[in-house]
Amino acid sequence: MLTIKNLRASIEDKEILKGINLEVKPGEVHAIMGPNGSGKSTLSSVIAGREDYEVTAGEMNFLGQDLSELDPEERAHAGIFLSFQYPVEIPGVSVTNFLKTAINESRKAKGLEPMPAKDMLKAMKEKMALLEIDRSFLSRSINEGFSGGEKKRNEIFQMAMLEPKLAILDETDSGLDIDALRIVANGVNKLKSQDNAVVVITHYQRLLDHITPDFVHVLLNGQIVKSGDKNLALELEEKGYDWIKKEQAPIG
Amino acid sequence: MDLNGQILESKSQLLQTANGHDQIQDLRTKAMQVFENEGFPTIKHEEWKYTSLVPILRKNYSLTASAGKVSKEEVEKYSLKTDSYRLVFVDGGFSEEHSDLENAPFTFLTLSNALGSKEEALNLFGKIAPIEDQAFVALNTAFAHQGSFLHIPKGTRVEKPIELLYFTSKAQNEAPFFQIRNLILAEQASETQIYERHQNLGESAALSNVVTEIKVERDAIYDHYKVQNDQRDTALVDNTWVEQAENSFASVDTFSLGGRFVRNNLSFLQRGEHCESKMYGITMIGENQLVDHHTLVDHKVPNCQSNQLYKGIYTDNAKGVFNGKVYVHSEAQKTNAFQQNDNVLLDDLASLDTKPQLEIFADDVKCSHGCTIGQLDEDAMFYLKSRGIRDKEARAMLLYAFCMDALAGVKLEELKSKLKSVLAKKLGVELDFDL
Repeated sequence: MLTIKNLRASIEDKEILKGINLEVKPGEVHAIMGPNGSGKSTLSSVIAGREDYEVTAGEMNFLGQDLSELDPEERAHAGIFLSFQYPVEIPGVSVTNFLKTAINESRKAKGLEPMPAKDMLKAMKEKMALLEIDRSFLSRSINEGFSGGEKKRNEIFQMAMLEPKLAILDETDSGLDIDALRIVANGVNKLKSQDNAVVVITHYQRLLDHITPDFVHVLLNGQIVKSGDKNLALELEEKGYDWIKKEQAPIG
Repeated sequence: MDLNGQILESKSQLLQTANGHDQIQDLRTKAMQVFENEGFPTIKHEEWKYTSLVPILRKNYSLTASAGKVSKEEVEKYSLKTDSYRLVFVDGGFSEEHSDLENAPFTFLTLSNALGSKEEALNLFGKIAPIEDQAFVALNTAFAHQGSFLHIPKGTRVEKPIELLYFTSKAQNEAPFFQIRNLILAEQASETQIYERHQNLGESAALSNVVTEIKVERDAIYDHYKVQNDQRDTALVDNTWVEQAENSFASVDTFSLGGRFVRNNLSFLQRGEHCESKMYGITMIGENQLVDHHTLVDHKVPNCQSNQLYKGIYTDNAKGVFNGKVYVHSEAQKTNAFQQNDNVLLDDLASLDTKPQLEIFADDVKCSHGCTIGQLDEDAMFYLKSRGIRDKEARAMLLYAFCMDALAGVKLEELKSKLKSVLAKKLGVELDFDL
């Protein structure tokens, strides 16, 4: 589904990603872990197409398409979804209006008619129930005055509505209390299928207690330095990142 | 010869055309004297330093335009679709044919009729809008003989909006100069909504100098909406003066979306305690257009409020000006004055001058002001695009959202949706913003 080869990216001439290799197949859950500043958020932004970053080398291929040729909105139409670490507040744009526009823009790109209002409402109701979101939420401006937990639930609600093929959850667990974490994780698990994939970016094991990864990768200084199964995450939780850093240190 | 010269040349003829009661004649002569002494302001004048009148004044104007015709369709196009009282003027002249005053619970007279004998009109003319240091008001006071007198009697709630529609007809082919005067008396505990529009239906480079004096008596509620979306060669200088008595509410909202040159001089004089003034506006212009808002709130008595919120979006060589003056006299304690002017410049060619001007002489007041000039928020743009919303639509959503709070308090639902669709059209998108 997603194949990344030797990806290098920089911002303002500072290289952040220094040769990333990653392969994500349908049905898989990948976790990318690493200390602050290791390049986790950069990787998710680059996949989603943020223009502040310059891709200097390597390639990203998503379902047969070269991502470098696609604008962020075209990547979304192709099925990529990024759950933001810091969802942006947009005063004056209601959650409903935003979702309706996003869904119908994607449909338009695929040559489909706008979704009938009745179907839209039904889908919203279902997904709201799944994420235990109150109806009043819909008429509020996106993320404006939302608590940390509400912002993240809103991200997963959007994901549920947009039904992406690849969801990248960038530190979705930060700012969540235990209940919200369970609700969000439950939502992600319910939406999971053999046809889609999830990449979870996180510092901590705690989200992975709820969303079980098939693969765990350690990102350090712009490179994936170690990959393993879910046990790697447990090991990191216990021992931190230092032992990996030492492993990486040149001998002598 | 510029407009100043043309006016001086024909002043005796103009004074003769402008009729009225004796006391009006005295005021007219005096106003002419003031105008002759002061002339049109240049950019050296503090209130005009951002806006040059030179390009507007140097045209050869026709000072006595004869009235043409407009069609029913044209009138319909620019009026509200909801039920309303409608006053239509064509090239300055009142058009009985297109107007509708059936069962109106208020009095309407054309200005020239009103100034002949109507006591309330005589008591209003030149009483609120000063002529000193106000060249356009002086000029209008000297010669204006076209316009409306509206008298909303005590305790009357006018259920339907009153439309004031001033058309320049296609018959005008050069540059007509119109001077319109509106006198509006909203008596005690009355309730009124006015929808005002000046629309050029032809290609002429018309210039309108409009002065509106509004007296809002105690306990009255008065809302006035100005839609300025004229064709690209038209110029408008709008001078609106509102005087408020105790416990009254008055709002003037200005939506400036087109025209070559628009200068709004909007002033509120608070003369009774516990009154509230609201002035909101949206400006969205491009292509060498200029919109200049000069506002004044004169807080002269204690316990009053004023709220100003102006939003501006400028692109493509457009120029915007906002100058908001709030004057709080020493006796106006417990004044609550709020002013905010937010702007987005969409490209490097557009420009804006914004200046809050607070002069506060009372010590127990709450006054705040703020102005911002920015570009679109890149983080928000990326957020929208990452959800599949294309660039143009994402921009439109953000700009639309940026403007929206200035539509708050608009009581005419039709006007709201009309403005929403005009904004969407100007932003080049077909989005249903209304869900």
